[in-house]
Amino acid sequence: MEYILNPWPWYISGPLIALVMALLLYFGKTFGMSSNLRTMCTMVGAGKFADFFNFRWKDHVWNLIVVLGAIIGGFIAVQLLSNNSVTNLNPTTVTELQNMGFNNPGQTLVPNEMYSLEILASPKALILLVVGGLLVGFGTRYAGGCTSGHAITGLSSLQKPSLIAVIGFFIGGLIMTNFILPLIF
Amino acid sequence: MKVLKFLIVGIFFGIVLVKSEAVSWYRIYEMFRFQSFHMYGIIGTAIASGIIFLQISKKGYIKSIKGTNIVVPKKENGLIRYILGGTIFGLGWALIGACPGPMYILLGTGVWSMLIVIAAAILGTFIYGLLKSKLPH
Repeated sequence: MEYILNPWPWYISGPLIALVMALLLYFGKTFGMSSNLRTMCTMVGAGKFADFFNFRWKDHVWNLIVVLGAIIGGFIAVQLLSNNSVTNLNPTTVTELQNMGFNNPGQTLVPNEMYSLEILASPKALILLVVGGLLVGFGTRYAGGCTSGHAITGLSSLQKPSLIAVIGFFIGGLIMTNFILPLIF
Repeated sequence: MKVLKFLIVGIFFGIVLVKSEAVSWYRIYEMFRFQSFHMYGIIGTAIASGIIFLQISKKGYIKSIKGTNIVVPKKENGLIRYILGGTIFGLGWALIGACPGPMYILLGTGVWSMLIVIAAAILGTFIYGLLKSKLPH
C-alpha cells in the first residue's frame, strides 16, 4: 500500500500514461484532451460564429466522459491514494522559487501565489490565470493538439508534425519559465 | 458499458497524473529549468512504451475491440501552425503549469480557481476558431 500512497516513480508513470493511449486506441478512439475544448465551444453554440465549430458534438461525448473520469480520478488520488508527501523537487528549484516569492514550493500541487482563492482577489493572479488559459486554448488548437495528442500519441506514432509541435511547446515553455516568469514574480 | 469504459480510463488517467506529480506546477517549472529528470523520464518512457505498443499493433498482433487494425490519425503536414501554435501553447503551459488534461484533474483535486483557466482555455479555442481562416497554417 505504501507504494501506492507515495508518489509514483517516472518509470512506472510513463508506461501507465502510454497505457491510457493504448486503451483509447483499443476502444477505437484517440488520446487527445484538448479536443474537448472545441467540443465544449460547439455545445454552447459556437457554430453560429465559425464553421470550425460545426460538427456533430455528440460523436465526441466519449471524450467528455474521459474528462469527467479525469476529474474523479484527481479527487480519488488526493483523497484516498495520498499520504500528503511533499513533491521531491531539486533543492536548487526550491531556493530559486523561494527567492521569487513562492513560499511553499512542492507542498501543494499548484502555488497558492497563483491559485488560492484569497489571491484571486488581486487582479494580477486573475490576469495570469486568464492569460495562461487563453494561450493554452488558442495554441493547442492552432497546433492541432496538446501534450496528449502531440507529445504522447504523435511522437509514439513517429509523426513529424508532432515533433515540430513539441519543439514549439518547448520553445514557448523555456521562454516563459526562464525569461517571463522572473519578470512577473 | 459504453460510457463506463471511458469513465474508467479517465479515472485511471487522473490518478496516474496526480501520483506521477505530472500535474504539479512545480514539476513543470523544474522541467523547463532542466533541474530534474523526473518529467523527462515520464514523457520519455511514455513515448518509448507507446512506440513499442504501436509497432506491435502495426504487425497485427493487437487489434481494436471491434477486431479492426489499430490506427492513429495522421496529422496534416505543415510547419508554421505547429511551431507557432506549439510555442503559444508552451507559453501558457509553463505559466499555468497545466495542459488540457491536468486542468481537469487539478479541478478534481480541489483547485477551484482552475475553473477560470478552463473557461479561458475554452475562450482561447473559440478565438482560434474565429481567426482560423486568417492565420498562416
